[in-house]
Amino acid sequence: MTDGVRGPGSGVRGGSGLSESARAEIRRLIAQFPQRQSALLGALFVAQDEIGYLSPEAIRDVAEAMGLSDSEVTSVASFYHLYHFKPVGRRLIQVCTNLSCALMGCGRILKHLRDRLKIDVGQTTPDGRFTLKTAECLAACELAPMMLVGDERYGPLTLEKVDEVLAETKP
Amino acid sequence: MGEPFLLKYIHERDQGDLAAYESRGGYAGMRRGLSMAPEAVIDEVDKSGLRGRGGAGFPTGRKWKFIPRDPAVTKYLVVNADEGEPGTYKDRTLMEGDPHRLIEGIIIGSFAIGARQAFIYLRREFADARAALTKAIAQAMAAHYLGRNILRTGYDLEIILATGAGAYMAGEETALLESLEGRRAMPRLKPPFYPAVKGLYLQPTAVNNVETLCHVAWILAKGHEWYKAQGAPILISVSGHVERPGVYEVPLGTTIRTIIDLAGGMRRGRKFKACFPGGSSSAILTDAYLDTPLDYDALPKVDVPGTMLGSAAVIVMDETACMVEIIARTVEFYRDESCGKCTPCREGTVWIGQVFHRILHGQGRSEDLDLLSGIAKGMTGTCFCPLGESVPPSLNASLRFFRHEYEHHIKTGTCDVKGHRARP
Repeated sequence: MTDGVRGPGSGVRGGSGLSESARAEIRRLIAQFPQRQSALLGALFVAQDEIGYLSPEAIRDVAEAMGLSDSEVTSVASFYHLYHFKPVGRRLIQVCTNLSCALMGCGRILKHLRDRLKIDVGQTTPDGRFTLKTAECLAACELAPMMLVGDERYGPLTLEKVDEVLAETKP
Repeated sequence: MGEPFLLKYIHERDQGDLAAYESRGGYAGMRRGLSMAPEAVIDEVDKSGLRGRGGAGFPTGRKWKFIPRDPAVTKYLVVNADEGEPGTYKDRTLMEGDPHRLIEGIIIGSFAIGARQAFIYLRREFADARAALTKAIAQAMAAHYLGRNILRTGYDLEIILATGAGAYMAGEETALLESLEGRRAMPRLKPPFYPAVKGLYLQPTAVNNVETLCHVAWILAKGHEWYKAQGAPILISVSGHVERPGVYEVPLGTTIRTIIDLAGGMRRGRKFKACFPGGSSSAILTDAYLDTPLDYDALPKVDVPGTMLGSAAVIVMDETACMVEIIARTVEFYRDESCGKCTPCREGTVWIGQVFHRILHGQGRSEDLDLLSGIAKGMTGTCFCPLGESVPPSLNASLRFFRHEYEHHIKTGTCDVKGHRARP
């Protein structure tokens, strides 16, 4: 539980809390908006990008910066698909499984990825390299079947193309 | 009709640079708009006949006229750049390929309604569009097209690039405003019916789609008469079983058949089976409807309830598509994206999903088809927002046109669609 709004520098810092530069970025986001809570989604990405996922410490630090309770921040964050509440791999693979990609064979692409990475959807490879997820329409249907690896779009995918992408992705 | 113009420069590599954009006539619409009275700008857009390209097709000029003119009232313009209707990718294409066009449209629209702050609610996954817009905004600031006293007119405007976080629900305009205020993207109670009355931070707000504002930039640059002479262009996102999926610019009212031909026809010469004419929220149509014009008024008039132009995403299916599987996937999407606020959507999508699951796993029951119709009926006109209302149209249409496929699945536990590969 948070004790409400705390000033910068107060409270207990865990080892995995936000850095000063992340806090500064969150303050910059807050300053953009007429109401500070509007910066919340962006602030959560700042935290996630730094720590890798929304750890309890990250949530606490974002809540503190935003002047919100931890539970309110968690409530908002948990609504959205793109926040992670447990660690993910260094590269997040999102395979689109919506209509256009389904019609063009995303099922085979997904199965191939599961076989190659030896993990199921939602899991991370033991070496921490990849996390495999499915996604709803990623608005790149001209590339169907397609996937995102990090921010990078790949498609139209074949099984061979998937192997190439996996091979050339940095460890 | 004239040459396509919305997509004219998107393949020019330097189009995202201010100098290149201006060398091709960019920001002429802004200069003209800012030299006019705001009311005259709105009139120009009204006379163009432009209707919003986000899905609802509401006339843009009329939407702006709802915004109170009182200068003491703070107003906002919000760009819905959270493109997520399945099969739709024209906004992403515009933002990546011609980002200054959107900035120009935002300046014109904000000036017209008297907003001094505009927000782009951009889908998080659009990293390339974010980079392009970030650069375009910085260049426009440096050129004094944004900021204080734009072009010495006394008009101030700043554009704030905000972010989505992965929620189809945020495409609904009041849910988008909730999300932009840093909350869960759940739709607001209506009335008030329009954000023009109470929008962002409860202030009058115009929520406009990306493509809509790109049209606005062209309309102000060239005038509404020129624009209308082009045949009211629209971007159609074509995907699925066609040879050349892509975004196509055509006059409003082009038939589905012509669009499929433009996209190279059916892949591998296969036969057309059905399509979603306006994203997955529209009912599906069969070959008997191929000559229907893609138009805001024509599609709702066909005898398949829930048919609409929507976001103008044509998803094409050939004879190898199993309709039971396709509709099941559609239902799963709405189930997973339902915000849970209202019962018909939250429960209905789960119930329908369960029925589909057993039909596709060889455990369908003879009464299941009536059950599906019954749940769909219970969701029609009862949901809090359009998300839940998007499920019955395609479900009902599939039960009407492809009932035999459902019956075969239920009776035999197998799919009889030739060439179909079941989901692994």
